[in-house]
Amino acid sequence: MTTRLILLIAACAGGLLSPALQAQDTHQARQLAATCANCHAIAAGPASALKPLAGMPADQIIQAMAQYRSGSQPATIMHQIAKGYTEAQVRLLAAYLAAQPPRP
Amino acid sequence: MTHPHFQPDRRRWLAAGAAWGSLGLAGCATPSTQGPPIGRVVVVGGGFGGATAARYLRLWGGNVQVTLVERQAQFVSCPMSNLVVGGLRQMADISHGFDGLRALGVQVVQGEAAHIDGAARQLRLADGRVLPYDRLIISPGIDFMLDQVPGLAEAFASNQAVHAWKAGPQTATLRQQLQAMPDGGVLAISIPRAPYRCPPAPYERACLAAAYLKRNKPRSKVLVLDANPEIQSKKALFERAFAQHYAGIIEYQPNTELKEVAGGLARFEFDDVKADVLNVVPPQRAADLARHAGLLTVNQRWVGVNWLSFESTAMPGVHVLGDALFPAPQMPKSGHMANQQAKVAAAAVIQLLKGEPINPDPLVMNTCYSFVTPAEAVHVASVHHYDAAQRTFLPVHGAGGLSVAANELEARYALNWATTIWHDMLG
Repeated sequence: MTTRLILLIAACAGGLLSPALQAQDTHQARQLAATCANCHAIAAGPASALKPLAGMPADQIIQAMAQYRSGSQPATIMHQIAKGYTEAQVRLLAAYLAAQPPRP
Repeated sequence: MTHPHFQPDRRRWLAAGAAWGSLGLAGCATPSTQGPPIGRVVVVGGGFGGATAARYLRLWGGNVQVTLVERQAQFVSCPMSNLVVGGLRQMADISHGFDGLRALGVQVVQGEAAHIDGAARQLRLADGRVLPYDRLIISPGIDFMLDQVPGLAEAFASNQAVHAWKAGPQTATLRQQLQAMPDGGVLAISIPRAPYRCPPAPYERACLAAAYLKRNKPRSKVLVLDANPEIQSKKALFERAFAQHYAGIIEYQPNTELKEVAGGLARFEFDDVKADVLNVVPPQRAADLARHAGLLTVNQRWVGVNWLSFESTAMPGVHVLGDALFPAPQMPKSGHMANQQAKVAAAAVIQLLKGEPINPDPLVMNTCYSFVTPAEAVHVASVHHYDAAQRTFLPVHGAGGLSVAANELEARYALNWATTIWHDMLG
Protein backbone atom coordinates (compact mmCIF):
# COMPACT_ATOMS: atom_id res chain seq x y z
CA MET A 1 0.00 0.00 0.00
CA THR A 2 2.70 2.40 1.06
CA THR A 3 4.56 1.79 -2.16
CA ARG A 4 1.46 2.46 -4.24
CA LEU A 5 1.04 5.71 -2.39
CA ILE A 6 4.65 6.64 -3.07
CA LEU A 7 4.24 5.76 -6.72
CA LEU A 8 1.08 7.84 -6.85
CA ILE A 9 2.84 10.81 -5.28
CA ALA A 10 5.75 10.33 -7.66
CA ALA A 11 3.34 10.14 -10.58
CA CYS A 12 1.63 13.37 -9.51
CA ALA A 13 4.93 15.11 -8.93
CA GLY A 14 6.15 14.07 -12.36
CA GLY A 15 2.90 14.91 -14.09
CA LEU A 16 1.53 11.36 -14.54
CA LEU A 17 3.84 8.36 -14.88
CA SER A 18 6.74 9.78 -16.80
CA PRO A 19 8.51 7.51 -19.29
CA ALA A 20 11.70 7.90 -17.21
CA LEU A 21 10.00 6.51 -14.13
CA GLN A 22 8.54 3.61 -16.08
CA ALA A 23 11.93 2.81 -17.57
CA GLN A 24 13.50 2.95 -14.12
CA ASP A 25 10.89 0.50 -12.82
CA THR A 26 11.43 -1.85 -15.75
CA HIS A 27 15.18 -1.84 -15.19
CA GLN A 28 14.69 -2.39 -11.50
CA ALA A 29 12.26 -5.26 -12.15
CA ARG A 30 14.59 -6.90 -14.65
CA GLN A 31 17.54 -6.73 -12.30
CA LEU A 32 15.54 -8.07 -9.35
CA ALA A 33 14.15 -10.94 -11.43
CA ALA A 34 17.66 -11.79 -12.60
CA THR A 35 18.71 -12.41 -9.00
CA CYS A 36 16.49 -15.53 -9.09
CA ALA A 37 18.11 -16.97 -12.22
CA ASN A 38 20.99 -18.79 -10.53
CA CYS A 39 18.57 -21.45 -9.25
CA HIS A 40 15.28 -20.95 -11.11
CA ALA A 41 14.56 -20.81 -14.82
CA ILE A 42 13.44 -17.21 -15.39
CA ALA A 43 13.23 -17.61 -19.15
CA ALA A 44 12.70 -20.58 -21.40
CA GLY A 45 15.72 -22.81 -21.03
CA PRO A 46 16.84 -26.04 -19.45
CA ALA A 47 14.53 -27.81 -17.05
CA SER A 48 15.21 -26.89 -13.45
CA ALA A 49 14.36 -29.10 -10.50
CA LEU A 50 12.82 -25.98 -8.97
CA LYS A 51 9.71 -24.07 -9.94
CA PRO A 52 10.27 -22.31 -13.26
CA LEU A 53 9.34 -18.71 -12.69
CA ALA A 54 9.00 -17.60 -16.30
CA GLY A 55 5.31 -17.07 -17.01
CA MET A 56 4.14 -17.78 -13.47
CA PRO A 57 1.21 -15.51 -12.60
CA ALA A 58 2.38 -12.53 -10.57
CA ASP A 59 -0.08 -13.08 -7.72
CA GLN A 60 1.23 -16.65 -7.26
CA ILE A 61 4.79 -15.38 -6.95
CA ILE A 62 3.74 -12.65 -4.53
CA GLN A 63 1.75 -15.11 -2.43
CA ALA A 64 4.56 -17.68 -2.36
CA MET A 65 7.11 -15.08 -1.28
CA ALA A 66 4.76 -13.86 1.47
CA GLN A 67 4.28 -17.45 2.71
CA TYR A 68 8.01 -18.11 2.70
CA ARG A 69 8.60 -14.86 4.57
CA SER A 70 5.99 -15.61 7.21
CA GLY A 71 7.15 -19.19 7.60
CA SER A 72 3.75 -20.63 6.72
CA GLN A 73 5.36 -22.37 3.74
CA PRO A 74 8.24 -24.55 4.97
CA ALA A 75 11.44 -24.44 2.91
CA THR A 76 15.10 -25.35 2.98
CA ILE A 77 16.31 -21.92 1.87
CA MET A 78 13.53 -19.75 0.40
CA HIS A 79 12.31 -18.59 3.82
CA GLN A 80 15.76 -17.05 4.35
CA ILE A 81 16.00 -15.52 0.87
CA ALA A 82 12.42 -14.16 0.81
CA LYS A 83 13.17 -12.00 3.85
CA GLY A 84 15.77 -10.13 1.81
CA TYR A 85 13.21 -8.61 -0.58
CA THR A 86 10.74 -5.84 0.26
CA GLU A 87 7.11 -6.26 -0.79
CA ALA A 88 7.62 -3.56 -3.40
CA GLN A 89 10.59 -5.44 -4.83
CA VAL A 90 8.60 -8.69 -4.92
CA ARG A 91 5.78 -6.97 -6.82
CA LEU A 92 8.23 -5.62 -9.37
CA LEU A 93 10.01 -8.91 -10.00
CA ALA A 94 6.72 -10.84 -10.04
CA ALA A 95 5.29 -8.56 -12.74
CA TYR A 96 8.44 -8.98 -14.81
CA LEU A 97 8.56 -12.79 -14.45
CA ALA A 98 4.85 -13.17 -15.22
CA ALA A 99 5.43 -11.40 -18.53
CA GLN A 100 8.17 -13.82 -19.62
CA PRO A 101 7.26 -16.63 -22.03
CA PRO A 102 7.01 -19.94 -20.13
CA ARG A 103 9.02 -23.02 -21.04
CA PRO A 104 7.45 -24.70 -24.06
CA MET B 1 38.13 -44.25 -14.25
CA THR B 2 34.34 -44.46 -14.47
CA HIS B 3 31.94 -44.86 -11.63
CA PRO B 4 28.96 -46.88 -12.78
CA HIS B 5 26.64 -45.81 -9.98
CA PHE B 6 27.00 -42.18 -11.02
CA GLN B 7 26.49 -42.69 -14.72
CA PRO B 8 22.74 -41.95 -14.83
CA ASP B 9 23.31 -38.54 -13.30
CA ARG B 10 26.10 -37.81 -15.68
CA ARG B 11 23.99 -38.71 -18.68
CA ARG B 12 21.30 -36.40 -17.41
CA TRP B 13 23.79 -33.56 -17.09
CA LEU B 14 25.11 -34.15 -20.56
CA ALA B 15 21.62 -34.35 -22.00
CA ALA B 16 20.76 -31.09 -20.28
CA GLY B 17 23.88 -29.57 -21.81
CA ALA B 18 22.88 -30.64 -25.29
CA ALA B 19 19.41 -29.21 -24.83
CA TRP B 20 20.81 -25.80 -23.87
CA GLY B 21 22.82 -25.71 -27.04
CA SER B 22 19.75 -26.05 -29.19
CA LEU B 23 17.74 -23.63 -27.08
CA GLY B 24 20.50 -21.06 -26.97
CA LEU B 25 18.97 -18.34 -29.07
CA ALA B 26 15.32 -19.19 -29.18
CA GLY B 27 15.16 -19.79 -25.45
CA CYS B 28 15.61 -16.33 -24.08
CA ALA B 29 14.41 -12.93 -24.99
CA THR B 30 16.22 -12.71 -28.30
CA PRO B 31 18.67 -9.83 -28.20
CA SER B 32 18.15 -7.14 -30.72
CA THR B 33 20.88 -6.26 -33.15
CA GLN B 34 18.61 -3.63 -34.66
CA GLY B 35 18.88 0.03 -33.98
CA PRO B 36 21.92 2.23 -33.82
CA PRO B 37 25.03 0.66 -32.28
CA ILE B 38 25.43 1.89 -28.71
CA GLY B 39 29.03 0.91 -28.16
CA ARG B 40 31.79 -1.66 -27.88
CA VAL B 41 32.27 -3.59 -24.66
CA VAL B 42 35.21 -5.92 -24.12
CA VAL B 43 34.84 -8.45 -21.30
CA VAL B 44 37.87 -10.26 -19.89
CA GLY B 45 37.42 -13.63 -18.20
CA GLY B 46 34.95 -16.36 -19.15
CA GLY B 47 34.06 -17.39 -15.61
CA PHE B 48 31.03 -16.70 -13.43
CA GLY B 49 31.49 -12.92 -13.61
CA GLY B 50 32.71 -12.35 -17.16
CA ALA B 51 30.55 -14.86 -19.02
CA THR B 52 27.44 -13.63 -17.20
CA ALA B 53 28.30 -10.01 -18.03
CA ALA B 54 28.80 -10.86 -21.71
CA ARG B 55 25.52 -12.75 -21.88
CA TYR B 56 23.42 -10.13 -20.12
CA LEU B 57 24.96 -7.30 -22.15
CA ARG B 58 23.55 -9.07 -25.22
CA LEU B 59 20.22 -9.99 -23.59
CA TRP B 60 19.61 -6.48 -22.25
CA GLY B 61 21.75 -4.19 -24.34
CA GLY B 62 20.20 -4.13 -27.78
CA ASN B 63 22.83 -3.35 -30.37
CA VAL B 64 25.88 -3.49 -28.14
CA GLN B 65 29.00 -5.11 -29.55
CA VAL B 66 30.40 -7.60 -27.04
CA THR B 67 33.79 -9.33 -27.19
CA LEU B 68 34.74 -11.90 -24.55
CA VAL B 69 38.44 -12.59 -24.02
CA GLU B 70 39.24 -15.87 -22.27
CA ARG B 71 42.54 -17.73 -22.19
CA GLN B 72 40.98 -21.20 -22.09
CA ALA B 73 38.91 -22.84 -24.80
CA GLN B 74 36.40 -23.98 -22.17
CA PHE B 75 35.00 -22.82 -18.87
CA VAL B 76 35.83 -25.24 -16.03
CA SER B 77 33.73 -24.68 -12.92
CA CYS B 78 35.31 -24.37 -9.49
CA PRO B 79 31.93 -25.03 -7.84
CA MET B 80 31.32 -28.80 -8.15
CA SER B 81 35.04 -29.44 -8.76
CA ASN B 82 35.32 -31.00 -5.31
CA LEU B 83 32.96 -33.69 -6.62
CA VAL B 84 35.66 -34.49 -9.18
CA VAL B 85 38.31 -34.56 -6.44
CA GLY B 86 36.11 -37.02 -4.54
CA GLY B 87 35.59 -39.20 -7.62
CA LEU B 88 31.86 -38.46 -7.90
CA ARG B 89 32.02 -36.56 -11.20
CA GLN B 90 34.34 -36.34 -14.18
CA MET B 91 36.11 -33.27 -15.57
CA ALA B 92 33.72 -33.28 -18.55
CA ASP B 93 30.80 -32.71 -16.16
CA ILE B 94 32.20 -29.38 -14.95
CA SER B 95 33.53 -28.17 -18.33
CA HIS B 96 31.44 -26.13 -20.75
CA GLY B 97 32.20 -24.33 -24.01
CA PHE B 98 31.20 -20.86 -25.15
CA ASP B 99 28.94 -21.78 -28.09
CA GLY B 100 25.87 -20.51 -26.23
CA LEU B 101 27.46 -17.07 -26.00
CA ARG B 102 28.54 -17.16 -29.66
CA ALA B 103 24.96 -17.99 -30.65
CA LEU B 104 23.86 -14.88 -28.79
CA GLY B 105 26.24 -12.72 -30.81
CA VAL B 106 29.17 -12.53 -28.42
CA GLN B 107 32.51 -12.57 -30.20
CA VAL B 108 34.66 -15.02 -28.22
CA VAL B 109 38.41 -14.45 -28.47
CA GLN B 110 40.75 -17.04 -27.01
CA GLY B 111 43.75 -15.15 -25.73
CA GLU B 112 45.57 -13.75 -22.73
CA ALA B 113 44.68 -10.19 -21.74
CA ALA B 114 48.02 -8.54 -21.02
CA HIS B 115 47.68 -4.78 -20.69
CA ILE B 116 44.94 -2.21 -20.16
CA ASP B 117 45.55 1.22 -21.65
CA GLY B 118 42.91 3.20 -19.79
CA ALA B 119 43.70 6.51 -21.50
CA ALA B 120 43.45 5.10 -25.04
CA ARG B 121 40.66 2.69 -24.00
CA GLN B 122 42.42 -0.29 -25.49
CA LEU B 123 43.08 -3.79 -24.25
CA ARG B 124 46.24 -5.46 -25.54
CA LEU B 125 46.53 -9.23 -25.65
CA ALA B 126 49.75 -11.15 -25.03
CA ASP B 127 49.93 -12.07 -28.73
CA GLY B 128 49.89 -8.37 -29.69
CA ARG B 129 46.26 -8.05 -30.74
CA VAL B 130 44.66 -4.79 -29.65
CA LEU B 131 40.96 -4.52 -28.79
CA PRO B 132 39.51 -1.01 -28.51
CA TYR B 133 36.60 -0.53 -26.13
CA ASP B 134 34.14 2.06 -24.94
CA ARG B 135 33.75 0.16 -21.68
CA LEU B 136 35.89 -2.70 -20.36
CA ILE B 137 34.60 -5.28 -17.89
CA ILE B 138 37.18 -7.52 -16.28
CA SER B 139 36.48 -10.50 -14.07
CA PRO B 140 40.06 -11.71 -13.78
CA GLY B 141 39.77 -13.82 -10.63
CA ILE B 142 42.66 -14.36 -8.28
CA ASP B 143 46.35 -15.04 -8.56
CA PHE B 144 48.52 -16.59 -5.88
CA MET B 145 50.97 -14.77 -3.59
CA LEU B 146 53.58 -17.47 -3.99
CA ASP B 147 56.37 -15.31 -2.59
CA GLN B 148 54.73 -15.57 0.84
CA VAL B 149 55.54 -19.28 1.10
CA PRO B 150 59.13 -20.13 0.14
CA GLY B 151 59.38 -23.31 -1.90
CA LEU B 152 55.72 -23.34 -2.88
CA ALA B 153 56.24 -22.23 -6.50
CA GLU B 154 58.79 -25.05 -7.00
CA ALA B 155 56.50 -27.56 -5.28
CA PHE B 156 53.63 -26.60 -7.62
CA ALA B 157 55.91 -26.80 -10.66
CA SER B 158 56.95 -30.36 -9.77
CA ASN B 159 53.46 -31.44 -8.60
CA GLN B 160 54.86 -32.09 -5.13
CA ALA B 161 52.05 -29.81 -4.08
CA VAL B 162 48.80 -29.04 -5.91
CA HIS B 163 46.41 -26.17 -5.33
CA ALA B 164 43.37 -27.16 -7.44
CA TRP B 165 42.06 -23.67 -6.60
CA LYS B 166 41.61 -22.77 -10.24
CA ALA B 167 39.58 -25.57 -11.75
CA GLY B 168 41.22 -27.38 -14.65
CA PRO B 169 44.29 -29.63 -14.95
CA GLN B 170 45.07 -29.06 -11.26
CA THR B 171 41.70 -30.55 -10.31
CA ALA B 172 42.46 -33.68 -12.34
CA THR B 173 45.97 -33.90 -10.85
CA LEU B 174 44.67 -33.77 -7.28
CA ARG B 175 42.17 -36.51 -8.12
CA GLN B 176 44.90 -38.68 -9.66
CA GLN B 177 47.17 -38.20 -6.66
CA LEU B 178 44.37 -39.29 -4.31
CA GLN B 179 43.77 -42.35 -6.47
CA ALA B 180 47.48 -43.20 -6.40
CA MET B 181 47.81 -42.64 -2.66
CA PRO B 182 48.35 -45.87 -0.68
CA ASP B 183 45.87 -46.97 1.99
CA GLY B 184 47.17 -45.47 5.22
CA GLY B 185 48.45 -42.38 3.42
CA VAL B 186 47.99 -38.77 4.45
CA LEU B 187 46.28 -35.97 2.52
CA ALA B 188 47.16 -32.56 3.96
CA ILE B 189 45.01 -29.55 3.03
CA SER B 190 46.56 -26.19 3.90
CA ILE B 191 44.15 -23.21 4.12
CA PRO B 192 45.42 -19.61 3.97
CA ARG B 193 44.26 -16.74 6.12
CA ALA B 194 40.98 -15.23 4.93
CA PRO B 195 40.11 -13.63 2.58
CA TYR B 196 40.44 -16.30 -0.08
CA ARG B 197 38.23 -17.55 -2.92
CA CYS B 198 35.17 -19.53 -1.74
CA PRO B 199 35.46 -19.74 2.06
CA PRO B 200 33.66 -23.10 2.60
CA ALA B 201 35.38 -24.94 -0.26
CA PRO B 202 38.44 -26.29 1.63
CA TYR B 203 36.18 -27.92 4.21
CA GLU B 204 33.92 -29.37 1.53
CA ARG B 205 37.02 -30.76 -0.16
CA ALA B 206 38.13 -32.35 3.12
CA CYS B 207 34.70 -34.02 3.43
CA LEU B 208 34.55 -35.38 -0.11
CA ALA B 209 38.17 -36.56 -0.10
CA ALA B 210 37.53 -38.22 3.27
CA ALA B 211 34.37 -39.90 1.93
CA TYR B 212 36.42 -41.37 -0.93
CA LEU B 213 39.20 -42.52 1.40
CA LYS B 214 36.78 -43.94 3.99
CA ARG B 215 35.27 -46.16 1.34
CA ASN B 216 38.40 -47.10 -0.58
CA LYS B 217 41.43 -46.58 1.71
CA PRO B 218 40.03 -46.56 5.24
CA ARG B 219 43.36 -46.36 7.07
CA SER B 220 44.13 -42.98 5.48
CA LYS B 221 44.03 -39.56 7.11
CA VAL B 222 43.00 -36.07 6.02
CA LEU B 223 44.83 -33.29 7.88
CA VAL B 224 43.09 -29.92 7.59
CA LEU B 225 45.69 -27.32 8.53
CA ASP B 226 43.93 -23.97 8.80
CA ALA B 227 45.78 -20.65 9.15
CA ASN B 228 42.56 -19.20 10.56
CA PRO B 229 41.42 -19.57 14.17
CA GLU B 230 38.31 -21.47 13.13
CA ILE B 231 36.36 -22.92 10.20
CA GLN B 232 35.52 -19.95 7.96
CA SER B 233 32.02 -20.82 6.77
CA LYS B 234 29.21 -23.16 7.88
CA LYS B 235 31.32 -23.93 10.93
CA ALA B 236 28.86 -25.94 13.02
CA LEU B 237 27.68 -27.90 9.98
CA PHE B 238 31.20 -28.89 8.97
CA GLU B 239 32.16 -29.71 12.57
CA ARG B 240 29.16 -32.01 12.75
CA ALA B 241 30.10 -33.69 9.46
CA PHE B 242 33.70 -34.16 10.56
CA ALA B 243 32.55 -35.81 13.81
CA GLN B 244 29.63 -37.78 12.43
CA HIS B 245 31.10 -39.18 9.23
CA TYR B 246 34.85 -38.78 9.32
CA ALA B 247 35.95 -39.38 12.93
CA GLY B 248 39.43 -40.89 12.84
CA ILE B 249 39.97 -39.72 9.27
CA ILE B 250 39.71 -35.91 9.29
CA GLU B 251 41.88 -34.11 11.81
CA TYR B 252 41.23 -30.36 11.98
CA GLN B 253 43.92 -28.02 13.27
CA PRO B 254 43.24 -24.24 13.53
CA ASN B 255 45.90 -21.49 13.74
CA THR B 256 48.26 -23.50 11.54
CA GLU B 257 49.78 -21.40 8.78
CA LEU B 258 52.05 -22.85 6.13
CA LYS B 259 55.50 -21.22 6.32
CA GLU B 260 57.55 -23.13 3.75
CA VAL B 261 57.60 -26.19 1.51
CA ALA B 262 61.04 -27.82 1.50
CA GLY B 263 62.47 -31.28 0.96
CA GLY B 264 59.04 -32.82 0.53
CA LEU B 265 57.89 -31.36 3.85
CA ALA B 266 55.20 -28.79 4.53
CA ARG B 267 56.64 -26.67 7.34
CA PHE B 268 54.44 -24.95 9.89
CA GLU B 269 55.43 -22.96 12.96
CA PHE B 270 55.52 -25.94 15.29
CA ASP B 271 55.37 -28.94 12.98
CA ASP B 272 56.74 -30.38 9.80
CA VAL B 273 54.17 -32.43 7.91
CA LYS B 274 55.09 -35.19 5.51
CA ALA B 275 52.02 -35.77 3.39
CA ASP B 276 51.49 -38.27 0.60
CA VAL B 277 49.28 -35.74 -1.12
CA LEU B 278 49.89 -32.07 -0.33
CA ASN B 279 47.04 -29.74 -1.29
CA VAL B 280 48.00 -26.13 -0.63
CA VAL B 281 45.41 -23.40 -1.05
CA PRO B 282 47.79 -20.44 -1.37
CA PRO B 283 47.34 -16.86 -0.16
CA GLN B 284 45.55 -14.87 -2.85
CA ARG B 285 45.11 -11.41 -4.33
CA ALA B 286 43.37 -9.93 -7.36
CA ALA B 287 44.80 -11.35 -10.59
CA ASP B 288 47.85 -9.92 -12.34
CA LEU B 289 45.84 -8.11 -15.04
CA ALA B 290 44.25 -5.89 -12.37
CA ARG B 291 47.53 -5.46 -10.50
CA HIS B 292 49.53 -4.41 -13.55
CA ALA B 293 46.79 -1.92 -14.49
CA GLY B 294 47.12 -0.26 -11.08
CA LEU B 295 43.63 -1.21 -9.95
CA LEU B 296 44.60 -2.66 -6.55
CA THR B 297 43.48 0.18 -4.31
CA VAL B 298 42.96 -1.88 -1.13
CA ASN B 299 46.05 -3.24 0.68
CA GLN B 300 47.77 -3.56 -2.70
CA ARG B 301 45.76 -6.72 -2.92
CA TRP B 302 42.16 -6.10 -3.99
CA VAL B 303 40.25 -3.86 -6.41
CA GLY B 304 38.01 -1.08 -5.11
CA VAL B 305 34.90 -0.20 -7.13
CA ASN B 306 31.90 2.09 -7.21
CA TRP B 307 29.23 -0.42 -6.14
CA LEU B 308 26.44 0.96 -8.35
CA SER B 309 28.39 0.43 -11.57
CA PHE B 310 31.34 -1.76 -10.51
CA GLU B 311 33.57 0.83 -12.17
CA SER B 312 37.09 0.85 -10.77
CA THR B 313 37.84 3.75 -8.44
CA ALA B 314 41.30 3.91 -10.01
CA MET B 315 40.58 3.76 -13.76
CA PRO B 316 37.49 5.23 -15.45
CA GLY B 317 35.84 3.02 -18.05
CA VAL B 318 37.03 -0.21 -16.44
CA HIS B 319 34.51 -2.27 -14.49
CA VAL B 320 35.65 -5.10 -12.23
CA LEU B 321 33.75 -8.16 -10.97
CA GLY B 322 34.15 -11.19 -8.79
CA ASP B 323 36.89 -12.56 -6.57
CA ALA B 324 39.30 -9.73 -7.50
CA LEU B 325 37.18 -7.19 -5.59
CA PHE B 326 37.62 -5.89 -2.10
CA PRO B 327 34.19 -7.07 -1.06
CA ALA B 328 31.37 -5.13 0.53
CA PRO B 329 30.63 -6.09 4.16
CA GLN B 330 29.94 -9.85 4.46
CA MET B 331 29.89 -10.26 0.69
CA PRO B 332 31.54 -13.61 -0.11
CA LYS B 333 34.03 -14.33 -2.87
CA SER B 334 31.85 -16.82 -4.71
CA GLY B 335 30.87 -17.71 -8.25
CA HIS B 336 27.25 -17.00 -7.40
CA MET B 337 28.11 -13.51 -6.18
CA ALA B 338 30.23 -12.79 -9.28
CA ASN B 339 27.25 -13.78 -11.43
CA GLN B 340 24.96 -11.45 -9.47
CA GLN B 341 27.45 -8.58 -9.65
CA ALA B 342 27.80 -9.13 -13.40
CA LYS B 343 24.09 -8.47 -14.00
CA VAL B 344 24.21 -5.19 -12.04
CA ALA B 345 27.37 -4.17 -13.92
CA ALA B 346 25.98 -5.17 -17.34
CA ALA B 347 22.85 -3.06 -16.75
CA ALA B 348 24.96 -0.11 -15.57
CA VAL B 349 27.32 -0.34 -18.56
CA ILE B 350 24.38 -0.33 -20.97
CA GLN B 351 22.95 2.76 -19.29
CA LEU B 352 26.32 4.52 -19.31
CA LEU B 353 26.76 3.77 -23.01
CA LYS B 354 23.32 5.22 -23.67
CA GLY B 355 23.97 8.22 -21.42
CA GLU B 356 21.00 7.30 -19.26
CA PRO B 357 20.75 7.05 -15.44
CA ILE B 358 21.81 3.77 -13.84
CA ASN B 359 19.71 1.78 -11.40
CA PRO B 360 20.15 3.54 -8.02
CA ASP B 361 18.87 0.63 -5.94
CA PRO B 362 20.35 -2.74 -6.99
CA LEU B 363 20.09 -5.95 -5.00
CA VAL B 364 22.30 -9.04 -5.06
CA MET B 365 22.08 -12.31 -3.21
CA ASN B 366 24.27 -15.34 -2.58
CA THR B 367 23.54 -19.02 -2.26
CA CYS B 368 26.36 -21.41 -1.60
CA TYR B 369 25.89 -25.16 -1.31
CA SER B 370 28.58 -27.48 0.05
CA PHE B 371 28.52 -31.26 -0.04
CA VAL B 372 29.41 -32.83 3.29
CA THR B 373 28.89 -36.41 2.07
CA PRO B 374 28.39 -37.69 -1.48
CA ALA B 375 24.62 -37.62 -0.83
CA GLU B 376 24.11 -34.65 1.50
CA ALA B 377 24.68 -30.92 1.25
CA VAL B 378 24.32 -27.76 3.35
CA HIS B 379 23.85 -24.14 2.38
CA VAL B 380 24.57 -20.59 3.43
CA ALA B 381 22.54 -17.77 1.88
CA SER B 382 22.52 -13.98 2.13
CA VAL B 383 20.87 -10.98 0.48
CA HIS B 384 22.69 -7.67 0.01
CA HIS B 385 21.02 -4.34 -0.77
CA TYR B 386 22.68 -1.12 -1.88
CA ASP B 387 22.86 1.44 0.90
CA ALA B 388 22.87 4.93 -0.60
CA ALA B 389 24.20 6.59 2.56
CA GLN B 390 27.18 4.26 2.91
CA ARG B 391 27.57 3.80 -0.86
CA THR B 392 28.10 0.06 -0.58
CA PHE B 393 26.11 -3.17 -0.43
CA LEU B 394 25.06 -4.23 3.05
CA PRO B 395 23.50 -7.53 4.11
CA VAL B 396 19.74 -7.26 4.57
CA HIS B 397 19.11 -7.59 8.28
CA GLY B 398 17.12 -10.72 9.14
CA ALA B 399 17.55 -12.35 5.74
CA GLY B 400 19.79 -15.27 4.84
CA GLY B 401 21.02 -18.12 6.97
CA LEU B 402 22.25 -21.67 7.10
CA SER B 403 20.84 -25.18 6.73
CA VAL B 404 19.53 -26.63 9.96
CA ALA B 405 21.32 -29.88 9.17
CA ALA B 406 22.89 -31.68 6.23
CA ASN B 407 20.25 -33.26 4.01
CA GLU B 408 19.73 -35.09 0.72
CA LEU B 409 17.23 -32.62 -0.72
CA GLU B 410 19.83 -29.86 -0.71
CA ALA B 411 22.30 -32.15 -2.48
CA ARG B 412 19.75 -32.24 -5.33
CA TYR B 413 19.31 -28.49 -5.11
CA ALA B 414 23.08 -28.06 -5.23
CA LEU B 415 23.31 -30.00 -8.50
CA ASN B 416 20.34 -28.04 -9.84
CA TRP B 417 22.05 -24.79 -8.84
CA ALA B 418 25.08 -25.79 -10.91
CA THR B 419 23.18 -26.63 -14.09
CA THR B 420 21.00 -23.53 -13.78
CA ILE B 421 23.79 -21.03 -13.12
CA TRP B 422 25.96 -22.54 -15.85
CA HIS B 423 23.07 -21.92 -18.22
CA ASP B 424 22.51 -18.43 -16.84
CA MET B 425 26.13 -17.47 -17.60
CA LEU B 426 26.84 -19.45 -20.78
CA GLY B 427 23.44 -19.85 -22.43
